[in-house]
Amino acid sequence: MTEKIILEVTRYHPERDKEPGLQTYEVPLRKEWVVLDALNYVKDKVDGSLSFRWSCRMGICGSCGMMVNGEPKLTCATFLADYAPGPVRVEPMKNFPILRDLIVEVSDFLVKLGKAKPWLIREEERPLTQGEFLQTPAQLDTFKQFSMCINCLLCYAACPVYGLDPLFSGPAAIALAQRYNADSRDQGAQERLDILSHSDGIWACTFVGECTEVCPKDVDPAGAIQQYKLTAAKEWMKSFLMPWGRR
Amino acid sequence: MPSSTEYSPRTFRKRVSTYWWLHRWPYLRFILRELSSVFVAWFVVIALLQIKALKNGPTAYTEFQEWLRSPTLIAVNVAALLFVVFHATTWFNLTPKAMPLRVRGKRIPSLLIVAPSYFVWLAISAAVAWILLRG
Amino acid sequence: MDKRSNEPFFWMLFSAGGVVAAMLIPVHLFLFVVAFPLGWLDGPSYPSLLALLRYPFARLYLFVLCSLPLFHWAHRFRYTLYDGLQIKHLNELINTFCYGGAILGTVLAAYLLWSIP
Repeated sequence: MTEKIILEVTRYHPERDKEPGLQTYEVPLRKEWVVLDALNYVKDKVDGSLSFRWSCRMGICGSCGMMVNGEPKLTCATFLADYAPGPVRVEPMKNFPILRDLIVEVSDFLVKLGKAKPWLIREEERPLTQGEFLQTPAQLDTFKQFSMCINCLLCYAACPVYGLDPLFSGPAAIALAQRYNADSRDQGAQERLDILSHSDGIWACTFVGECTEVCPKDVDPAGAIQQYKLTAAKEWMKSFLMPWGRR
Repeated sequence: MPSSTEYSPRTFRKRVSTYWWLHRWPYLRFILRELSSVFVAWFVVIALLQIKALKNGPTAYTEFQEWLRSPTLIAVNVAALLFVVFHATTWFNLTPKAMPLRVRGKRIPSLLIVAPSYFVWLAISAAVAWILLRG
Repeated sequence: MDKRSNEPFFWMLFSAGGVVAAMLIPVHLFLFVVAFPLGWLDGPSYPSLLALLRYPFARLYLFVLCSLPLFHWAHRFRYTLYDGLQIKHLNELINTFCYGGAILGTVLAAYLLWSIP
């Protein structure tokens, strides 16, 4: 007789429902199962209409982020048995508009990520004949941590400022901007500052720190943002004390 | 309410509660840390009142000291002291995040940046106390 | 291309104020409003405090102690009001109240410390 656990899952059908509600399902409690396994069990065997995003089921694609008992988690990396005897509440990620059931609308993040210009910016493209860029391990170390971001958006679900301020860029976008600013091959720091150094861009951040706490890849976006604030402050000093000649 | 169409569904946006900061302990701890700034400002108020009393003569200063002894003031100021110490500890613990220092390519662990702040804090506090206590 | 904001200036004031507040205010608070009034320790007498204030460095020290932490409060409280009470739409009022208050306190501190005999 397998043990069971209750799942309370958000259901929202935009054409039918005025607002989301919770639906309960009973699923087997297998000790090696993660929450994603339970959701797939529901979809396969109980209610095929349940909708949710997932892909790699191993913590690298960033698709399966949801709120589990009020905490932002990757459902492929959250063990069901840790919540025994339950019930386990599974809701869509906070601070994003809900599209359907557990699926959220993330285009706001994509726009903000684009503003951060997360690619190498060069003043002049390096010709192929010159070969590849060389980097020492120390140079790699300055930005490697920030490059681990899988865009899972758990940090946005955890950030109260993002929930309150629609113009705030958010942790991942700023961390990725810092990832490129700190990259020795990049020359686009000024360009990014023009866009991000606004009271809404990065300055709305008040260093709550929850983004770093929930990040499944130890990116430490809070640290990245503080580093970026310091860089922006130094740039401001330079332009204030030496207003001539901006690069 | 606009109905959904096939290509632009009606998304649902939950309004953020005024009490969002009570919903999770890390949020409450954050708000308490931010409110410590009110007690920082309170200290400046007390300091300015003290300087004004000093300026107005020994009677004024004695009255000021009496006021500080009243139970309400003591209660408020003990709370202020706790909050200001909370500000100091959270401040020192978070400063290394903004300045990752590197020596010969290796990143210095946070503890080595945090610990000196506490030593300096202790040294400065001792110096101030010595100046004020030797009379 | 939008002009970059002047937020970094206020953030730097906030940081400077935060360091001053963290390093100096605990010991000052502990001595002047807890230890001395409760009689745990003997505080400096009125004449010895005036003697200390005769040094211009002491007045400069007190000026910094009273001014920078106010700017720290201004910046932090401004964002607490934005996020805590969700009144960011009142930002002009809030900014005037916060930074205006800090400027007022600074001016007051300067006046008081200047005019002590």
